[in-house]
Amino acid sequence: MHNKTIAELAKGLRSGEFSSVELTSAFLDRIKQYSSLNAYITVTEDPALQQAKAADARLAKGDAELLTGIPVAQKDIFCTEGVKTSCGSKMLDNFIAPYNATVVDKFNNAGAVMLGKLNMDEFAMGSSNETSYYGAVKNPWDTNTVPGGSSGGSAAAVAARLAVCVTGTDTGGSIRQPAALCGITGLKPTYGRVSRYGMIAYASSLDQGGPMTRSAEDAAIMLQTMAGFDEKDSTSVDVSVPDYMAGLNNRLEGLKIGLPKEFFGEGLNSDVAAAIEAAVNEYKKLGATVTEVSMPTLELAIPAYYVIAPAECSANLSRFDGVRFGHRCENPLDLTDLYTRSRGEGFGKEVKRRILMGTYALSAGYYDAYYIKAQKIRRLISEDFKRALSEVDVIMGPVTPSTAFGIGEKIGNPIEMYLSDIYTIAINLAGLPAMSVPAGFAGGKPVGLQIIGNYFAEDRLLNIAHQYQQVTDWHQQTPKGFE
Amino acid sequence: MSLTADDVKKIAHLARLGIEEQDVASYAKDLSGMLDLMTRMSDLDTDGVEPMAHPMDQAQRLRADRVTEQDNREKFQAIAPQVEAGLYLVPKVIE
Repeated sequence: MHNKTIAELAKGLRSGEFSSVELTSAFLDRIKQYSSLNAYITVTEDPALQQAKAADARLAKGDAELLTGIPVAQKDIFCTEGVKTSCGSKMLDNFIAPYNATVVDKFNNAGAVMLGKLNMDEFAMGSSNETSYYGAVKNPWDTNTVPGGSSGGSAAAVAARLAVCVTGTDTGGSIRQPAALCGITGLKPTYGRVSRYGMIAYASSLDQGGPMTRSAEDAAIMLQTMAGFDEKDSTSVDVSVPDYMAGLNNRLEGLKIGLPKEFFGEGLNSDVAAAIEAAVNEYKKLGATVTEVSMPTLELAIPAYYVIAPAECSANLSRFDGVRFGHRCENPLDLTDLYTRSRGEGFGKEVKRRILMGTYALSAGYYDAYYIKAQKIRRLISEDFKRALSEVDVIMGPVTPSTAFGIGEKIGNPIEMYLSDIYTIAINLAGLPAMSVPAGFAGGKPVGLQIIGNYFAEDRLLNIAHQYQQVTDWHQQTPKGFE
Repeated sequence: MSLTADDVKKIAHLARLGIEEQDVASYAKDLSGMLDLMTRMSDLDTDGVEPMAHPMDQAQRLRADRVTEQDNREKFQAIAPQVEAGLYLVPKVIE
């Protein structure tokens, strides 16, 4: 049961082959069996079984949707009413969200069953899931390696089949990078496509939620539920949502693929490069043409991002002050001591590092040199992409410079960790949609192909990924021991 | 560009962020490393480039001025560290 796609499960639920309660119980059992992966922070067993019962009743009545009765899980960054929403931080270890994120409401309305809340880097700051207050997550392909981050619990859960499909969020690669390292499909939509209401903010001009699944078809089904205008999110974009399933089978003859030479330079592992090249060749067989494109400003994406994201983070995280919710220190001497100690005790080292960086970059005397300069570079990066996407339909390249690295290998060297986001960060600065699609293995570990499209071209990306998944079976591989 | 231990303490104070004395040196080192990375930005001439604050060139939406929020005080204060008579409590600010 746990290896089936959403469409197959929806069929089984309708034919009476199994009930949602049976399906949900099977996944809850697997979550217990593989708890050593540490993919979940909270498992919501009783509410899940109640939701499953309600879904079975809805299926019996005949007014079910595709996701009705399907066991999903939420990254612990999405607020869930009455359920702990920790964001991977000690700061919110005691936080029971008083309302649902819009995304959570949408899954509830569709009748999906929530199995629980998934582990993540603290406040989504990290590329390895090692900054979580709840401990590192293990990559099911090699449990000595990281699953990537920040949506590491999400990616590990899908790879190990501990949920049918899950949500993630992506500020600088946090959906695509873990999807790549865990061999699953991940989609970061266009900025503003999916509501950010109730999604705990890290860097508001970059954050975007999206689906993480086994296949592009499953991602299309999930995005259909997640996408859409939300008046509760002031940056939600009022553009109609297309039928993401409708175009999946479109043929790819004449597709113009651009390969940025900056994505294939020094620093890219040669086995990863070979896997990407093989994937591009597969697209050629499907009728695509390939040209080189150039994005000269791309090399400045990491410095620009590590000014802009910490700057926004230092402002957003000022709300965690020990006054209205979250962690409060014992016996504060005065108000300053209350703020300083509550924040000092509640935040982990990586979060502190970024708050300090952002505070510095926004402080008087440095604002122009760092923050304004980074925003100007953001404009130039965005124009690089616009220019390239006027010549080609999509841009392809690797998601990560290497496959999954060892737990503990990079956590002591933050700069080296930041550099592993080299291929994903620029896309967030531009606000474009991009996917990670399983594209083979290097040394037994999964490699992800990145596909970057134009604004609101999620349907096209899903079509391109789906066609590749019709002629390859990388997305159907299961790590040993999790079959 | 490198930051000193005193710089780090000053920034931490601005952010009202408690950091352990024994960690100050490592923050100074990490932040200096980040600033080194950032100095690469100054190699690029960006004169006349409009700063980009947001990926979508759109104006903030306006809405009719009518009440949309419910009163959720009890619900929100149920998760507060310390409340009394509907008020959030903090240490005394004014003597």
